Order: sequence, then C-alpha cells, then structure tokens
Amino acid sequence: MTVAKPMPHESARLHVTGAARYTDDVPAPAGCLHLAFGVSEVARGRLDALDLAAVRAAPGVVAVLSAEDFGTMPDCSPSLHDEPLLCTGEIHYAGQPLYLVVADSHLNARRAARLHRAEVAELPPILTVEDALEAETWFDDGPRIWSDGDVEAELSAAPRRLEGQFEIGGQEHFYLEGQAALALPGEGGEMHVVTSTQHPTEIQHKVADALGVPMHAVRSEVRRMGGGFGGKESQGNALAIACAVVAARTGRAARMRYDRDDDFVVTGKRHDFRIAYEVGHDDEGRVTAVRFRHWVRCGWSQDLSLPVADRAMLHADNAYDIPALEVTSWRLRTNMQSATAFRGFGGPQGMLGIERVMDHVAQAVGRDPLEVRRLNFYDDAAVEGGSEGPAPRAPRNIYGASKKGHTHYGQRVEDFCLGAIVERLRETCDYDARRARVAAWNAENSRLKRGIALTPVKFGISFTLTHLNQAGALVHVYADGSVHLNHGGTEMGQGLHSKVAQVAASRFGCDPARVRITATDTGKVPNTSATAASSGADLNGMAVARACDAIRERMAEFLAAEHQAEPASVVFADDRVRVAGAEYGFEEVAAKVYMGRVSLSATGFYATPDISWDRAAGKGRPFFYFAYGAACSEVAIDRLTGENRILRTDILHDAGASLNPALDIGQIEGGFVQGAGWLTTEELVWDGKGRLRTHAPSTYKIPCASDVPEAFDVHLWDGPNREETIYRSKAVGEPPFMHGISVFSALSQAIAAAGGNPLIDAPATAERVLMAVRAS
Amino acid sequence: MEIPFRLNGEDVTATPGDPTDTLLDWLRARGLTGTKEGCNEGDCGACSVVVTGADGMPKALNACILFLPQVAGKAVRTVEGIAAPDGTLHPVQQAMIDRHGSQCGFCTPGFITTMAAAHARGERDHADQIAGNLCRCTGYAPILRAARDVEAAPVPDHMRESPLPVAGNSPGEHEGAGPLAPTSADALADWYLANPDATLVAGATDVGLWVTKQFRDLGQVAFLNRCEDLKGIEVTEDGIRIGAMTDMETLRRAIAPHHPSFAELLRRYGSVQVRNAATIGGNIANGSPIGDSPPPLIALGATLHLRRGAERRAMPLEDFFLDYGKQDRQPGEFVEAVTIPRQPDALYCHKVSKRFDQDISALCMGANLPVVEGRLAAPRIAFGGMAGTPKRAAHAEAALDGQKVTEAAFEKAAAALAEDFTPLSDMRASAAYRLEAARGALMGAFRALAGDGPVLLELRA
Repeated sequence: MTVAKPMPHESARLHVTGAARYTDDVPAPAGCLHLAFGVSEVARGRLDALDLAAVRAAPGVVAVLSAEDFGTMPDCSPSLHDEPLLCTGEIHYAGQPLYLVVADSHLNARRAARLHRAEVAELPPILTVEDALEAETWFDDGPRIWSDGDVEAELSAAPRRLEGQFEIGGQEHFYLEGQAALALPGEGGEMHVVTSTQHPTEIQHKVADALGVPMHAVRSEVRRMGGGFGGKESQGNALAIACAVVAARTGRAARMRYDRDDDFVVTGKRHDFRIAYEVGHDDEGRVTAVRFRHWVRCGWSQDLSLPVADRAMLHADNAYDIPALEVTSWRLRTNMQSATAFRGFGGPQGMLGIERVMDHVAQAVGRDPLEVRRLNFYDDAAVEGGSEGPAPRAPRNIYGASKKGHTHYGQRVEDFCLGAIVERLRETCDYDARRARVAAWNAENSRLKRGIALTPVKFGISFTLTHLNQAGALVHVYADGSVHLNHGGTEMGQGLHSKVAQVAASRFGCDPARVRITATDTGKVPNTSATAASSGADLNGMAVARACDAIRERMAEFLAAEHQAEPASVVFADDRVRVAGAEYGFEEVAAKVYMGRVSLSATGFYATPDISWDRAAGKGRPFFYFAYGAACSEVAIDRLTGENRILRTDILHDAGASLNPALDIGQIEGGFVQGAGWLTTEELVWDGKGRLRTHAPSTYKIPCASDVPEAFDVHLWDGPNREETIYRSKAVGEPPFMHGISVFSALSQAIAAAGGNPLIDAPATAERVLMAVRAS
Repeated sequence: MEIPFRLNGEDVTATPGDPTDTLLDWLRARGLTGTKEGCNEGDCGACSVVVTGADGMPKALNACILFLPQVAGKAVRTVEGIAAPDGTLHPVQQAMIDRHGSQCGFCTPGFITTMAAAHARGERDHADQIAGNLCRCTGYAPILRAARDVEAAPVPDHMRESPLPVAGNSPGEHEGAGPLAPTSADALADWYLANPDATLVAGATDVGLWVTKQFRDLGQVAFLNRCEDLKGIEVTEDGIRIGAMTDMETLRRAIAPHHPSFAELLRRYGSVQVRNAATIGGNIANGSPIGDSPPPLIALGATLHLRRGAERRAMPLEDFFLDYGKQDRQPGEFVEAVTIPRQPDALYCHKVSKRFDQDISALCMGANLPVVEGRLAAPRIAFGGMAGTPKRAAHAEAALDGQKVTEAAFEKAAAALAEDFTPLSDMRASAAYRLEAARGALMGAFRALAGDGPVLLELRA
C-alpha cells in the first residue's frame, strides 16, 4: 500500500529545478497593475489629512486610492469586521495601510508609497500589558476564566507554595515567500484570485464581500505557498481584497506582494504572553494546584486572538494531571500589528507556562526536573505502544495519589502514552548518564556550563471552533486510468498533497504516479476550512478516501456484475484489479467502466466525530485526540558572554501510524528548529513609539544551518491512533514545534549551573542568558 | 547600456534602464522565476545564483543586491541551469529529492545554486556554505545530509564555465555605452577626482540596500569590480597588503595562516554569498561602527592607504574613523589598500551577535596581545559596536600594558572598558549587555592566553 511509504514530496523535482510556481511566479496578463500600500509610521492617532500629490505624480503611478475613494471600506478581518482595508481616520498601529498605490510596476508602486505626507494628531500608543490594563482595552469583554477543582482550597492546603511570572516573546513567521496575490477580472463581475493563502474560502468570502457580489462570482485558487505556519490564514486578506478591488475598478489584472520589510511591519505575528503562576506542591514535587494568569498582547484588531488565547488556556496542563487548575486569560488590545495564528496557535505559550512551573518546582524541591514531570503525568492509557515491540509501561500511581484522568476543561485523557514515550527516549538518549556527565562537566569548568532537559508534549487535535472540523474532496478517474483530485486543504510545504495522493493511490490500489492533485480551488471544493490546526491530512485525507471509495465501489460493482462475483471480492492492489480469476490493469478497468456508462467522479465529505465544546463554560471534548512526543536537548552557555548553543537533541514523536514517515520526520525536525528559534534567537523589538525595529532578516534572526544541533536524532513512536483517523495516523504539523521547549528548559538548567537565576524570560538570547547569570 | 554575459550557457545582453537594476529583477522579468526574492537585502539567499568570473571558480552570489553591470562578462547560472542540458539532475538536486530537503520549496532554488557552487569547489564545511540560505521548513537537517551525500560525486561538465571572452574580463577601455567601470586604479583615480560626488560601488552588499530598501538615488556610479589592480593580497617580509577590492572570502582564506582568529571571525562575516561580493575596501570606507574587519585590523596596527588622483597618503586605520558616519576621506579620495605589519600571531577576536552565523555584530573585539618575557607588551584592543566608530580601548590597553598574564590584570582591564565606551541600546543589544559582553570577550581572551579549554563553538555533546 502506498500509505506509510517515505515517498518524496510531490513537488520535489519542481522545487529543485526552480519550476515550482508560486503566486508571484504566475505570468501576468499584459497591462497588469502592481500595488503597494503606503503605511502609517505612527502607532496611534487620528489621520487629519493625507497629501498624496507627490504619490500621484510619481513615475508609473496609475491611481492612488484612499478612504475617500470608497463608499464602504472593505473589511479584511476573519472575525470581528474590525479591519478596514485602508485607514478611515483612526490610526491603530505603525504599519497600518493608509492608502493604496496602483502603478505599472512593483518597484514604481513601492517607490511612490513613501511619498505621502500625513497630518496625524498623535495619541500616546497603548503598547504594554500595563498600558492596556490601565486603558481597559481588551477583547472578549474582559478576562476569560476556566477552572477545574477548588484552586483556592488546594493552594491553601498545599504543603509548599511558590509563585512566579515571566514573559514569552512573539515570533515572526518568516515564511520565505512573502504575502502575494493576483486578481484576474472575468466577465459579468467574476473575479479569479490567485493567492498565497492557507484559507482560500476566506479569501473568496472577503473578496466577494468587498466587491458586493455573491461568493459564486469569486474563485480563489492556490497551488502552493512558500511556507505559511499560520501567517497565511488571515494575513493575506488585505492583498487579495486590494487586488480584486483594483481589478474590478479597472478591468485589468492586478497583483501585489509585500516587500519583506513591509511584510514584517504590516502583518501579524505570534502572540507574546506574560504568564504568572501560583503553585501548590508537596515535598516530592507533586503539583496539587496551579493558578495561571495569561496576559496576551493581541495587537490592534481581534483577528484570531480569541481562539489563540483559548488554545493557550487549553494547553495550560500539557501532560500533567493537576487536581486543581485555573486559568485566567486577558486578551489585550494594543497599538501593534494584529497578532495572529502561528503554528501551535497559543498552545506553545500555554504549554511553556506549565513547563516553567515544573522546572520551578523541581528547583524548589531539589529534584531532577524529569522526575517531577513524570510524577505529575497523566496515567498512560492501556494501549499498545510503539511498533518496535511492547512498550515499557510507565509505573501507574506509584506515589499513591489518585489521578483524576481528565483535563481542566473536562476532557478525559484516554490515549496518554507519554509515560512510555518518555521512558523509551530516556533510555535511547542516555539521559541519566548524560545528566551525570553534564553535572561532572559543570563541576570542573567555570566558563562553559552545560544543561540537559527532557520535556513532553501533549497537543490537542481539532479546531476548537467545532464547525470548522469538516472537509470536502472531488475525485475524477479519467478513462485512461489517471486520477485527478482536489480537496479543501492547501499545500504550504507540509506535504499534504503528497499524503493525500498516497491515500488516493492506496484506496484505488494504483500506482501513485497515476494521481495528480492540482491547485486548491474554491470552484472545485466549496466551503473549506483553513489548512490549520494540524488538521490538513486528518480532514482532507478522510474526505478524499471517501470520494475514492465511492468510485472504487462503482468500479467493483460494475466488474462484479460482469463476472458474476460479489463486489466485495474485487481486489484493487499493485495497480491491478482482480475479480473472479480475471485480472485487469487499473487503466483497463477505468476504460471499461467508462464504456459501461458509470460515473467515475465523486465528491467526498468528512466531519470529525465525537467532539463538542462549550466555550462559555470552558468544558467539553474539544479535541478528537491528542498527539504526543518528547524531546531531550543538551545545551551549553558561555558564562562570559551569555552566548549559547544546542549541542544535541533527541526526539521521539507520536505521529500515529504514519502516512509518510519521511514527511513526518521532516515536520518534526523543522518544527523543533522553529520552536527552538522562537525561544532563543528570535526576538521582536518595538521601540517606545510602537515601531517594530526588527523588520528584516538582518535584525530578526531565525535559525540558520549552524544553529541545528550537530547531533540531531528524530524517531517516530509508530503506534496507531486509537481513534479512527485516516489509516490511524496522527496530525503532525504543530505538535513538534513545542519540542523547542526542551532547549529553553536546558538553558535554564545551564544558567542554574552557572549560579544564575534560571527563571528567565523567553527568548533566551545571549543577552538574557548573561544577565540571568549575572543575577546570581 | 548593454551588459553582455553568459546565462545558463547562452550568451545574452541585458539592457538595463538604470545601472542599479538588479540581476534578480532582470531574471524574473525574463521569466526565469526560479530565482526567488525572499528579503531583497542579501540576508536569506533565496535569490542565490552561481557566478563564474575570470578565475573560473563558481561562486554563489545574492542576485537581489547584484547590479547588472557587476556581472558583465561573467557566466551566470540560475537554478534553471543547474541540471545538465539534457535534463539530467545535478547530483545536488537528486540528493535534495532523495533526502527530502525541500518542503515548501521556496528557498530550495537558492540552496541548489549555493550547494552546486560549493560542490564544484569541493567545499566540505556544509553548514558554513549554506549559512546564507535561510529555510523555515526543514530545520536544515535533510539539506546538510544531502550536501554530505554528494561530496564524492563528480562535478558535471556544464558547471565548469569560462566567462565571456568579451568586454570586461580583459583590461582595456570601458565601453562607452555602459556605466563607468574603470579597469585600473589609475583610471578610477582620474575619473573620481573629476567626479567626486559619484558613488563608488565595490561589492554592493551595503550599497545594494541603499537601492532596494531606501530607494536612494546614487547619482553617478562607478563599478570597481574590473579594477584588477585593486584586488589581491601581497605578503612580504614586512607586511600583508590587501587591495581594497579584495573580497572577504579571499581575505579569509589568505589570512588564515597568519592570524587564524581573524579568519574565524571572517568565517562569520555575512555568508558565503556576502563574502564573495563584499570587499575589504567597502567594509572600511563605509565607516560603519559595526563592520567586522576594522577591529582586528586596528588591533594588528594596520595602515590604511588612500588615494586621490595621483596623491596618496597613509594613516593608522583607527585615525580614518572620525565620528559616526564621518571618515577622514577627502572628496575624490578612495581606499586603495590596507596593510598589516608582519608579526607573530597574538590576535584574539570575539564577535557577539544574536545568531552565530550571518548576523551583524552587537559587538566585535579584536585584541592583539603579544606577550614578551611573560608580560603583555603594547597590547592593542579595538571594538566595533561599542561606539559611533570602531575604536580602541585605550584604558583597557593601558591597564594591561606591561602586566603579567593574570586574571586580575584582565579583570582590571575589563573594568576599564567602562571608561573607554558608552555604548548604545538598540534592537541588537542593550547598552548594559554590550559593556558586559565586551568585558566577557576580554576575559575570554585571557582564558585563551591561559590555555583554558574549548570555546563554545568548539564544544560537542
């Protein structure tokens, strides 16, 4: 069967030859217009006057649009209708589009977009958590509080208590392909939009809204993105709308791409958090109660901030069965870029909160943090572990405490396997011996200090907005035996199309070379959900399987009738079809069925079962299942300068029964490095006026090749999903990102070994590490 | 203006409207969209192309900040020209498929070209070779595996290119239609004396951003890449003379036997693509307080050689930097060379940046610490990033001069750095950190002198 094989990415050959086409590579029709936004340099104020004379007079400028050119300003928001395409008077952040330049070339548009003069009545920007709390600018009508157990009583009753607070920085997506769109006007008010987006239906919806036409007049298409990571879930709306508006007004094609600096300055990033905690625990490190407070800087508009902040709350337990847990979450409106979806969608921040608690508790009770973590784990479910033999079972309740077995939002944890995963990783990475060697090294060396940490990940799979958990597919088998399919998911590098094609080839028992997936297109599959929440293969794989099955059943019925056999006895395998002693090539069957006047086209649909979520109460079963994994990282710091490096990382990750082990390992390796970057070198710096000072790769540092640990070992925990997912696989897009937490935890261990204060803020830049060491 | 060069094996002529039109924009307008724009400032490598000049060595360069006149007469290969003419994939391409080295694929063309250039040169330091190529998907692990896989694979014939035997590669007159590209220092000196307001373009790794990011009008420009007599390194008994147009990669290789710590610092100067373009003259003349070559050069007692018409003058390098953005350079005067006196190696460099590779320094130290009969003799310590110019740490030097190599002596000197510098806070580092890390760097020099264990970058799990 084609699934489970480590096949290369379906576009790999196109990638390496430069033939893979991205939005800005699509040849434009003659006369295509190019757009650029002129943006605010001020973070907050009222736009009193906008002098665009010099912009209009600039070479190549065809038109300039500002608020006065619109009766109704198009909205770009995916949630609250609070994002005007162009400033309508109130300035909300430095980087906000004020006007739109339409020119004959990209460069001319960009050059002109700097020539305006804006008269702005400046107001003091709301930037910090304190600013926003004082001004009472927040979303969701105040803080959201979800709790389980009697936190106050448990805290009071706890033998030991501690508290702390730390900051977690945001993160720029730095997809290598910046935001881009192309709008092609059609007849009768139709609009065809080619966009680099994770959410074609959202583009279709917002463009239709902006143009005042039904959704059937807009076709949104994306073949592939040059990286998304959540940054193309809603942040492409503005470009697509701008292009469509100009195309509708001029009848000419219009395209737009952000220069990298504009991309940084205009678009949203990962939410930064401040997290405070009060913890009750015992002398061994068993945590009995935690009260978390999350302060989330959401930026100027709501965007996806509510579900992001929700997911942070939902991951405040991570892998730990904590009798009483309360999370209060403030979603603060600030005069900054509107923070948005980013791989993990709040989960990483929530998880880092409880992992900090575990490190802090371990420090307080003087134990190996891994022992404290294991002590607090949920109990392993009684399921078979990895495929390499019976899994070593974690000891159950050896400390005598009774575990409640459900999360703080009331979902029973039925598939927990971190006891076994951690036990195996601990052995394979030689954790205990290395921890001893690290201690010995630290005793002998005064300059370079090492740290090692092994941290777990439990990540909930499903959109928390339950209705999004659906997907559609459209599959055609042509009379020559080739298969063409579409589904609602988008390809951003994760290999979704590869996995889905493998699913289709497996359902048909055919050579995967027969299967072609073309651009995701709202004209092919309607009402799609964003390719997000790690859901792409789970949802679309299942929808495609159902469509394929429908066609295969028709094929089987046709052949069975011809051979007086049962349809169920027809076998599709090895690119052949066998029935009642006869054997055909797949293409022969396709031709026969076509000649027999039977449809070879079908749609498929899937909706995730068994999920329910009461957001107001904060209770339910929001997740179909959990994905698990663990990582062990060893790091070193230079006490003299705070410079630090990852020396070795070992990861064992649960991808269920993997659809494609090579692609899954790619997601894990890449996710880990991205997560490590978030917590080490990737630092966003705004100045006191709310201007982003790190707005290009020269100042914002994502990991490069030498930042990857020299010893880097990733393995799959290859046990089947207990839920009936596509071939019992598990989602793998986001969960590995949080393995980066092992680096952060190891760095705090190294800082402690240097005699410093290990409870540092993230990211752990060289500066933060040195200052923490000096804080001893 | 007409710019002839060889593109993927075919002779072409570009006719840019402006001498600062970039190769990247030209390629993409021509439909060669495999070469991507990722950052438009030479920091991500998505636009990398392979350029072979007169020396026959394929080099990776960032096309986004490469002006068309800079490739005149050279052989350029884009990702579309890396496979053999019959379509057979280059070994690097096949290995990237086999190792799952591409995910979203947008950075992949830049990796392919950079890796193909490295492969043709037989490089083995793969992480260094691709330090200038950012990938956000893979975590680099499969790309490094692919690079290792093909170490022994033969270099395909088409990767061995000779540049055009036409304008630009042989000394001679510059063609009247093109932008000014003098072919000798003499020609440059005459012209610049007459046109002192012009912008001189050396490697364009900084000037390129003036165009792509700031839209500055450069006015008249002259491209120096054909001034062969400004290139090269001459080692005599007295000194090492580095021509202003010597690129950083050439300098890195040449300086390694003499001052390995300088070479290690230059390994972290930009990326391969940047070092292949950036010149020592540009790094100095630019006057940036965070250029990485001045601190070690000042520490080594380097002399700067300036030329204005037929007039030449020389000065200690540190004297060239007057104030932030202000250098001791007369109109029409240009950097011709820098010389380092021959001396036993006692140089210790330390660069602190947010990321180790391909990052701009928060601070950079060059400390020349000769020890004579057990005592430090006339130490020279210079820092970048600590003031408005690259600057010597006079108080720290004084604290060490004549002292034995002891921790106490260095601690005194480290404390004295507060008298030498009042650094600024910016997005790279706070003032407090800069001072603390500078002290740490100096204490690190002591540890090195005292023979204390490995440094961070040498440590293994």
